[in-house]
Amino acid sequence: MSEFALEVKNITKRFPGGVIANKDVNFALRKGEIHALLGENGAGKSTLMNVIYGLYAPEEGEIWVDGQKTEIDNPNDAIRKGIGMVHQHFMLVPVFTVAENIMLGAEELQGGRLDISSARKKIRELSRSYNLEVDPRAIVEDLPVGMQQRVEIVKALYRDAKILVLDEPTAVLTPQEADDLFIVMRELTERGVSIIFITHKLREVLAVADTITVMRRGEVVGTTSPEGKSESDLAAMMVGREVLLRVEKEEAHPAQTVLEVKDLTVHDERGLTAVKNISFDLKAGEILGIAGVQGNGQTELAEVLTGIRAPESGTIIIDGQKVPAGNPRYLFEHGMAHVPEDRHKHGLVLPYDLVENVALNTYYKPPFRKGLVRDEEAMLEATTDIIEAFDVRTSGPFSQASNLSGGNQQKVIVGRELSRPIQFLVVNQPTRGLDVGSIEFIHRRIIEERDKGVAVLLISAELDEILGLADRILVMFHGELVAEMPVAKANKEKLGLLMAGSEA
Amino acid sequence: MADPNPSDSRILRIWDSFKSRIPEIWSSISVPVVAVIISLLIGAIILLISGSNPLRAYGALLEGALGDAGGIRRTLEKATPLIFSGLAVAFAFKAGLFNIGAQGQLIFGALVASIVGFGISGIPAIIHVPLALIAGATAGALYGAIPGALRTFTGAHEVITTIMLNYIALNITDYLANGPLKDPTPGNIVARTPKIFDSAVIPDLPFIEWLPLGFVVACLMASITWWLLWRTTLGYEIRTVGQNPNAARYAGMRVAQTVILTMVISGLLAGLGGAVETQGIVYRFQPGFNVNLGFDGITIALLGKTSPFGVIPAALLVGAMRAGASQMQFRADVATEIIDVIQAIILFLVAADMIIRWIIRQRAAAGDGISLSSGWGSNS
Repeated sequence: MSEFALEVKNITKRFPGGVIANKDVNFALRKGEIHALLGENGAGKSTLMNVIYGLYAPEEGEIWVDGQKTEIDNPNDAIRKGIGMVHQHFMLVPVFTVAENIMLGAEELQGGRLDISSARKKIRELSRSYNLEVDPRAIVEDLPVGMQQRVEIVKALYRDAKILVLDEPTAVLTPQEADDLFIVMRELTERGVSIIFITHKLREVLAVADTITVMRRGEVVGTTSPEGKSESDLAAMMVGREVLLRVEKEEAHPAQTVLEVKDLTVHDERGLTAVKNISFDLKAGEILGIAGVQGNGQTELAEVLTGIRAPESGTIIIDGQKVPAGNPRYLFEHGMAHVPEDRHKHGLVLPYDLVENVALNTYYKPPFRKGLVRDEEAMLEATTDIIEAFDVRTSGPFSQASNLSGGNQQKVIVGRELSRPIQFLVVNQPTRGLDVGSIEFIHRRIIEERDKGVAVLLISAELDEILGLADRILVMFHGELVAEMPVAKANKEKLGLLMAGSEA
Repeated sequence: MADPNPSDSRILRIWDSFKSRIPEIWSSISVPVVAVIISLLIGAIILLISGSNPLRAYGALLEGALGDAGGIRRTLEKATPLIFSGLAVAFAFKAGLFNIGAQGQLIFGALVASIVGFGISGIPAIIHVPLALIAGATAGALYGAIPGALRTFTGAHEVITTIMLNYIALNITDYLANGPLKDPTPGNIVARTPKIFDSAVIPDLPFIEWLPLGFVVACLMASITWWLLWRTTLGYEIRTVGQNPNAARYAGMRVAQTVILTMVISGLLAGLGGAVETQGIVYRFQPGFNVNLGFDGITIALLGKTSPFGVIPAALLVGAMRAGASQMQFRADVATEIIDVIQAIILFLVAADMIIRWIIRQRAAAGDGISLSSGWGSNS
């Protein structure tokens, strides 16, 4: 018996085109520990996990499981060797029951028929022994996100996983749910499971990890224990330089009301009410933060305010004038800028180069239009300016948007939206999935806009972001605004409870 | 990179943009080129099995297509309507629409051009020729608007509606050519319209006998289509709707109008192709003479990688095979149907690649990895 559940020795993984995603990576997971793998996007964490899970074959290096050198060729191989993965996006069939989901791919059979009752029994035993309560008969889509994640964990344990890989598990959880998850993780390690915890959230690492390995640009830059380490120590390791974690900003000076929302009700694609009768206003020179767990109507609210979606009822008033429904161009003409939640769905046309993306919502007027044709010189000039001013790392203005990293794609969008005169800015999850360096940069630009007198509506599921940027906070739950408070009166616990629907 | 003077930097920028597109250009022509070569090889094997000498057959084909001025003219004449229908399909493709209805739009264009051609007399060619062309193009455009509007207002998929509209067009034109518009010449028993007046016939170019004017018009339309797509704001809207309708909506583009307008322009191109065929080759509308010209547009567009300038070489290739086919039959005793077989294999190889890429893109766009109901051009 080895003291290590898993060892990775000198792994190098190259991709076609010469990108080295993992360079001589060493990583050792002690039995029964929680080992955080920390790194910015693109640092090589996912590549390493995909190597361990048998999805990528490394060019060099060895994998040892429980003290024995082994080859892992595919995920089934990994599962057989006791490695279980909980992906960031759950791999569950929403309309199936918990038991059906868990046994999917590892079905219990009795004379060629599914033996669901013995599966249920096994699930109950697992629940009991790991203290992970799940109801095998519940339908997955009826469960809250935290519970669905638990189903994923039980799914791995059902396949006798001794090593659990959790890929950004807290991204979809409220702070309270995250705390519950940490308790579960502790329980699991006490029962002999070893956990690799992938994240870029520094606070969580310090809260739960026994050992921390930091990756940067495909290499391991260090392994450390959390004792005596601060968030900024870790951030510096991750980024390779000192980083400002807290945004520095002056007191806000709210001026005239720019946006008024009255009795707004919005339906989602399925015709269900996503936003219920909400009213608020937004002043020039302030940042209004809307906090809420994903899927509580923020997406629909942002889409209505930016003209992508038409409301069911209610009015939106900008500059004292009623805004026509579902007309983004009217809003752009009236000084609206929009950094959308989903940069691939709405923010960019991925097959286009940066020049065509920079013209996306002002292509129809000068300087980008000259008569019937587009002024490509002007577009190129604007793109070059944005690349420079927003520090976009790219091979040039003609590189395809899909070839940029997430952080640089977001900088292109932010750059495009902030390089015209605006008075009203909607930013929805502006730093989701971005690295610390890009987050810092984008936060600073948002504050700058506020200080220039722009009215900013910030929608974010990240409480740190809301608390760090907003001057005033609204909490959304089940499509309703359940609370409003100035940032001085807000804290994480209070917001977390409100976001979960309890009266604080 | 240092920019010592602005003219230098401009050249550098153009060179940069070109350089960054070399892999893209190669990746777009590699598949058609390989597909054509493989198809010719498979065709050769079929010829061998059926006891013919493939070298002799292909030699005769080549000579028939390009051997003399007459052959070249035949090739260009065969390629002309294919350029139009290829452009029609390729253009719609840019907006994410799969216009299977080029056939219907083309025969309506051909019919209406013939009506103007035989129905109006006593006007000079300089007016009559363009008038009939415009009438044919308009007919195609209006017929193209129908599936566009159905798509926008009812969500009916254009693949289904254009297929059905093809049947409607076919039967209506058959009826008219056999009934109210039938050539009244005594003794005529053929379903066809009267011959158009000479003033409506597209004239030949002076001195250059091998170059039909219709072909020149087709190449001109390819240039205009390219300019529209890549230089104008309208083209930008069309391409954006095709690449990412969500981003188009975000940007305030009117997606519904763009879809209809795209189908109108696509239909216009097909209708113009029909008119050129009527006024340049057939001189009347006769059911059966335009069969497959529209459907071949799908082959041409795919083979030309849905690029306006890619359509021209693709149409020339197929046109040359068509033009040389009879020579091949005569000299090498090979059935002309072998050309259809080769064309079908080309289409199969090119389309398989397109379909696979399209599916990948659809899945990436859908984001959830599952899109059971979306077909070509689905953009909702």
